[in-house]
Amino acid sequence: MFVKTTSRLAIIAAAGVMVAAPAFAQSRTNIQIAGSSTVLPFASIVAEEFGQMFPEFETPVVASGGSSGGLRQFCAGVGPETIDIANASRPIRGSEIEACAAAGVSDIREIRIGYDGIVFASAAEGPEFVLEPQFVYQAIAANLPEGTEQPTLWSDIDPSLPEQPIMMAIPASNHGTREVFEEKVVFPGCEAVMGEDVDHEVCGELRQDNVIEIAGDYTETLARLSSDANTVGVFGLSFYEQNTDTLRVATMSGVTPSLETVASGEYPVSRPLFFYVKGEHIGVIPGIEEYVQFFLSDAMAGAGGRLEEAGMIPAPAEETAEVLENFTNGVTVSQ
Amino acid sequence: MTEALETEAEANTRRRAQVRKSLSRRNRAEKRFKMLGLGSVLAAMAFVAVLFGNILTNGLPAFWQFNIDAEVYFDPEIINVPEVPVQQAGQSDADFRAEMLGWQRRLAMVNWNRILVSSVEGALAEAETADGAGTVTEIDTRSAQSIIDSGARFVLRDMVLADPTIIGERREMQLLLSADGDNWAKGKLSRDLPDDRQQLSRAARDAIDLLTEEGIVHRAFAWHIFTNVDSRSSPASAGLAGAFVGSFYMMLVVILLAVPIGVSSAIYLEEFAPKNPFTDLIEVNINNLAAVPSIVFGLLGAAVFINIFHLPLSAPLVGGLVLTLMTLPTIIIATRSALRAVPPSLRQAALGIGASKTQMVFHHVLPVTYPGILTASILGVAQALGETAPLLLIGMNAFVANVPATPMDQSAALPVQIYLWQGNENRNFFEERTFAAIIVLLALMILLNALAIWLRGRLERKA
Repeated sequence: MFVKTTSRLAIIAAAGVMVAAPAFAQSRTNIQIAGSSTVLPFASIVAEEFGQMFPEFETPVVASGGSSGGLRQFCAGVGPETIDIANASRPIRGSEIEACAAAGVSDIREIRIGYDGIVFASAAEGPEFVLEPQFVYQAIAANLPEGTEQPTLWSDIDPSLPEQPIMMAIPASNHGTREVFEEKVVFPGCEAVMGEDVDHEVCGELRQDNVIEIAGDYTETLARLSSDANTVGVFGLSFYEQNTDTLRVATMSGVTPSLETVASGEYPVSRPLFFYVKGEHIGVIPGIEEYVQFFLSDAMAGAGGRLEEAGMIPAPAEETAEVLENFTNGVTVSQ
Repeated sequence: MTEALETEAEANTRRRAQVRKSLSRRNRAEKRFKMLGLGSVLAAMAFVAVLFGNILTNGLPAFWQFNIDAEVYFDPEIINVPEVPVQQAGQSDADFRAEMLGWQRRLAMVNWNRILVSSVEGALAEAETADGAGTVTEIDTRSAQSIIDSGARFVLRDMVLADPTIIGERREMQLLLSADGDNWAKGKLSRDLPDDRQQLSRAARDAIDLLTEEGIVHRAFAWHIFTNVDSRSSPASAGLAGAFVGSFYMMLVVILLAVPIGVSSAIYLEEFAPKNPFTDLIEVNINNLAAVPSIVFGLLGAAVFINIFHLPLSAPLVGGLVLTLMTLPTIIIATRSALRAVPPSLRQAALGIGASKTQMVFHHVLPVTYPGILTASILGVAQALGETAPLLLIGMNAFVANVPATPMDQSAALPVQIYLWQGNENRNFFEERTFAAIIVLLALMILLNALAIWLRGRLERKA
């Protein structure tokens, strides 16, 4: 009896799988989002509020995977089994646009949602850091000018820095943050140390002994800081703002990072945040247009909105209006 | 003669001494082994105690969260919505639905925060009267808003949605404190930290302190951990319901697929299959599959179920299928060894009185093995329940703010929820929450294992 019923159940279950599979391929009723872990908290908040505000649409699902991972999924093709929106903390690359086009995705619409600062922070009970791009470069670069010794203590670089072994936790290359870190800190620092005409390939080589590349979330960076108090970590401003009790932030070029200094452009290490919408899915997957409009609305991405509370720096209203207009007019990204 | 006797007696004494010596040596060895065994058991128990102690002390506080007792006035001036639409005679269903959606949208757009802020102000005034201080502390809107969990807006909205006549009335309600407010009330942030390193403004912190003193802000059991879905927008109200249902669906798929397939393949291989190099190869492969790391099954699942069969990402169905593949070898191996343990006399007796081979297997051999098969199945399922790595590869680490209605809907799973909360940026709040999720998962596992033991005991007594 036991065997009979279970085998019958197994047949029913197996049949269910087979029937369900093609049924799905035709439709999906919620928006599917993946990508940057920096944008993830913001996108999740908007997705949740969107589900509450629009009773006719389902709550979008937001996955992580890093900017590159998200865009790879985004460029996998057109159809309900591919994602509709890719979050990114850097602009889409030419190679990714090509990959998209090869898979049939040519209507890529760029939405710039706001800005995020990248901060250098150390354990709260440790000393204060007053950083300059060239200090960071000297601390972790593999290539220094001839005759310069690689420093072991921060104070070897500049007497104003604390007498503490150099150890940095930086985002790995799957994070969009890494690119901004290199462009806004490593390369300018490199040019200041090595001369203006230095090759960026040379600058990008980092030391292995005192640099930890973090492939996971900022919580992993935070865990590094708590296990080795000498570590200086690279974080998003929004993450730092929620953990001010355990982290001490370093100034960069004399500016303390904050919502205000990043918004005004005083703090140098900041970057715009994006998401990319697959135009081919608009009208097929319900709610994409409404999601974009809701995301850019004052209540969410605007000044004083929910995302500012969560640590994102809102873009000026004119800029957001332009982004929204471009989206509505179907302007696509070009290389 | 006497000489010879003497030597014999001497030899006996010598032999006895030898035996006694070796005996005490053997006794010592036994004692040593016993001590070693006891020591390792005690060490293992100590580790388990430390682990559980750590999890419980970290996680249990999360089940009690701070709430505020406040009077909520559903101010008709703020909830400025028209009458609920009623389907008119002659109005089509589609039109009515559109009108209803429009009304719901207007209700969602209401500035619920203003209602919440005035509730906080009311509670503060009450606390001040009770305190006898008499001074009315001014609290700015932003600080007042930061005290209450932002999910309360939707709680109020849903109340009006359920019963629109509530507009204009006052209700005594118990509202959740925000994550930052809860951290402050629980004393997780040092009170000595300067203002710029605190999450809440001074006004908000003072307000919480005063309200706690008067008992208006107090701890209550956080039932919503079990009834709410995950939330990033209002972290204080984040719960495990979605992950729990997702895991439940996955286990259902595993039980429905892995147990019948595993048991029938084991019966076939053990009782019916011919012994030849081909079946030997199958046997070796099954044993190897049992040792394959689970993440490999995740890769396989992503490649086959998602890329070829186009099943949805992050669906419990796909998770269940992947976990089925992972659990199958365990069940097959355990069932085969249970079958092998059945004495041959039972088979011979059945065959001897004229039973066919199928009758012999299903009527006589299999019933004896039920306890073994059942234990193996439940332990296999419990192991699958805690598996995280393969689920990450099939997209189950997405943020899903819904309870899945069917196994085809996107969903989270309990172990993945632990992983997600562990990575949440609000460390002060979610560290505790992570441990709470671990407690729920462990409780479920212990429950499953207890069920296995109970069922085995029952079936063994029957057999």
